[in-house]
Amino acid sequence: MIYFDHSSTTSVRPEVSNVYSQLLAQQYGNPDSLHALGRKAHALLEKSRENIAKMLHVLPGEILFTGCASESNSLAIIGYALANRNRGNHILVSNVEHPSVMHSMEWLKQFGFEIEYLPINSNGIITPSLVKERIRKDTILVSTMHVNNEMGAINPVKEISEVVHSIPTCVYHVDCVQSFTKIDVPFECMDLATISAHKIHGLKGSALLMKKKKVKLMPLIQGGQQEQGLRGGTENAPSNIVLSKTIRLALEEKEEVYKRVSKINQYIREELSKIKGAHINSKEDAIPYILNISFDQITSEVLLNALDQRGICVSAKSTCSSHQKNYSSTLVAMGYSEKIATHMIRLSFGKDNTMEEASIFIKTCKEILNQYGLSL
Amino acid sequence: MAYRYDHILIRYGELSLKGKNRNQFIKQLYDNVRKACTGFPSLEFEKQHDRMMIFLHDEDENQVCDVVSKVFGISSLSLAVKVKPEMEEILKACLEIFPLQEEKTFKVAARRNDKTFPVVSDQINRMVATTILKNSNWKVDVHNPDYKIVIEVRKDACFIMTNKIPGAGGYPVGVGGKAMVLLSGGIDSPVACYKMMKRGVHIECIHYASPPYTSLNAQEKVMELARLVSGYQGELLLHIVPFTNLQLAIYQNAPESYAITIMRRMMMRIADGLAKKRHALAIATGESIGQVASQTLESMNVINAVTCTPIIRPVVCMDKVEIIDCSKKIGTYETSILPYEDCCTIFTPKNPVTKPRIDKCEKYEQKWDYQQMVQQCIDQVETIKITPQKQEDDLF
Repeated sequence: MIYFDHSSTTSVRPEVSNVYSQLLAQQYGNPDSLHALGRKAHALLEKSRENIAKMLHVLPGEILFTGCASESNSLAIIGYALANRNRGNHILVSNVEHPSVMHSMEWLKQFGFEIEYLPINSNGIITPSLVKERIRKDTILVSTMHVNNEMGAINPVKEISEVVHSIPTCVYHVDCVQSFTKIDVPFECMDLATISAHKIHGLKGSALLMKKKKVKLMPLIQGGQQEQGLRGGTENAPSNIVLSKTIRLALEEKEEVYKRVSKINQYIREELSKIKGAHINSKEDAIPYILNISFDQITSEVLLNALDQRGICVSAKSTCSSHQKNYSSTLVAMGYSEKIATHMIRLSFGKDNTMEEASIFIKTCKEILNQYGLSL
Repeated sequence: MAYRYDHILIRYGELSLKGKNRNQFIKQLYDNVRKACTGFPSLEFEKQHDRMMIFLHDEDENQVCDVVSKVFGISSLSLAVKVKPEMEEILKACLEIFPLQEEKTFKVAARRNDKTFPVVSDQINRMVATTILKNSNWKVDVHNPDYKIVIEVRKDACFIMTNKIPGAGGYPVGVGGKAMVLLSGGIDSPVACYKMMKRGVHIECIHYASPPYTSLNAQEKVMELARLVSGYQGELLLHIVPFTNLQLAIYQNAPESYAITIMRRMMMRIADGLAKKRHALAIATGESIGQVASQTLESMNVINAVTCTPIIRPVVCMDKVEIIDCSKKIGTYETSILPYEDCCTIFTPKNPVTKPRIDKCEKYEQKWDYQQMVQQCIDQVETIKITPQKQEDDLF
């Protein structure tokens, strides 16, 4: 099995799952309980929060544990907008965000918020100058992803943040799910940031929202005083405790894995350029972890199925069904043709991928093209 | 002794009209009912010349009824209580088994098979009705009763029964021989399966898979459809034909407009080969006149021409809406509309021929050695045994 779909999810590190199962068996206390077991769980949970804060260079009180990145995004956007209506009702968001961002924005419209979509340029990024052009005095929130999940394009978040902060009442939310522990994430320039554990070899059902102290939110889940009253419900202590280890191990390997993945990425780019009909859709300066490619001869779904049959896991945005036209909006937004958009697959690499796997992938692609490629 | 429903009485359907084959039909039905009830180990079965009895023992009567009411060849069934043939016992049982605290209407219909029973039928009616009226809020309604209480007095026992539950009708599966049904994954073919089985035909299904053009999801969907209809005959063999190479050859050798017609002809040839191999006497499809280009009468002619085996099209004259209604009734609709590609929807030409010509088909087919590829498809078929119960994973 060759797994080239790390942007979808990753395996859990044994170090993490070992500690996790220990915690489940031994530290099952509710951190809100007053007895010894509860106090111990509370102490471990807060220690984890503190360690994570250190690694992110923020304050412990600025880390909120959540259940998934979609929740973090929803809490950041809806929670912020509803709590800060007095500041204005204009929100800027890029036009290729994750559905949890897009749908939160759409949901806010019913409360009279004005949502303005910023188009990415042909490199797949939002330019600071565009933000500058569109931002207004009554803009209260700007939201962009750090790294695009389909193309790997890296948004200039530092520069965008400078524009955002030129309006004193505006804050900047960044979805860092695809960038965190892969490249440097400048949390100091963000007001709200989303991170997910299962994309960095951690647990599913575990994520966090970095929220700067000055930012006010309205809770989406009503309940007890957990997470500063911003997320009711019994703390998922074991998951939240191992998140600290998950992040530490990923950060420790960051440079080394980056190098390995870059080599794989470079190799596949070179080999593909020799194949007729192959296109590399990700730009040269994209994050090396994500490589978006397509072949003229074969549609996304067919290629995905064929690779799947041969034990290679990749992603395709959507099916190119004969009945419905459904294709990558990111690619179309970047100005690629419909054909490329319906033929693209996304490779996303991780710490355990090898050069050998990359060469098997290339070999397999050639076989598939030979066997099933059509001059459609 | 407390009374509860402890028997199910099964009345035979159309098969009671049969003459010399009657015993064979009843035996098949008996076997099918027993097979369908394998999940209830403590049941006992007894076949009589005009009906069948199931002794429930400790099994839940409603669950057993659900299973039995799906078996073809049964016109109706009734829950029954067996009591001693004594008037006192009959009255006692009546007071115990009916929900007398509710407000209902009823009617009593007694019958003495045993004419030596001292109370005549009409007298039984009156005595039972009087007892119920005295002990409840129930009222008599002889035209439209909520409960029709049937009391049958025999020499050795008396049965008290209430309303008839309709059976599935049709003939017992197996009395009508065997057919191969083409199962695509759409709405129509599971309905065709159902209709074939209802006429007593044992079926095996054929599915044409074209990976990677079709996904494993599509194949799993077909397996699920096969599972959903398999309950009507107990278990079902699904033959999955590796169709990719042949489909590619069609794409390369025939013009786009004829691709579907020739594909259907190839499918029929493969089905024919499999039918011979499996000793099936017919091929059945979910085609319906005019629904798509390959289902016009002209197309059917050209497609039929490749085989002498009877091709049965159970839904051929049904409207799409009627077919959908039936698929909802048999519970396959929700699965059928899942959006996975099947091999029919891959190379969908923009302008398929609606009036194909047989000479043209033959001309295109001569361009390559399709016989060998058809044979390969038949030889390399993967056969899966589908059972009505889902295989549960250890994880859950």
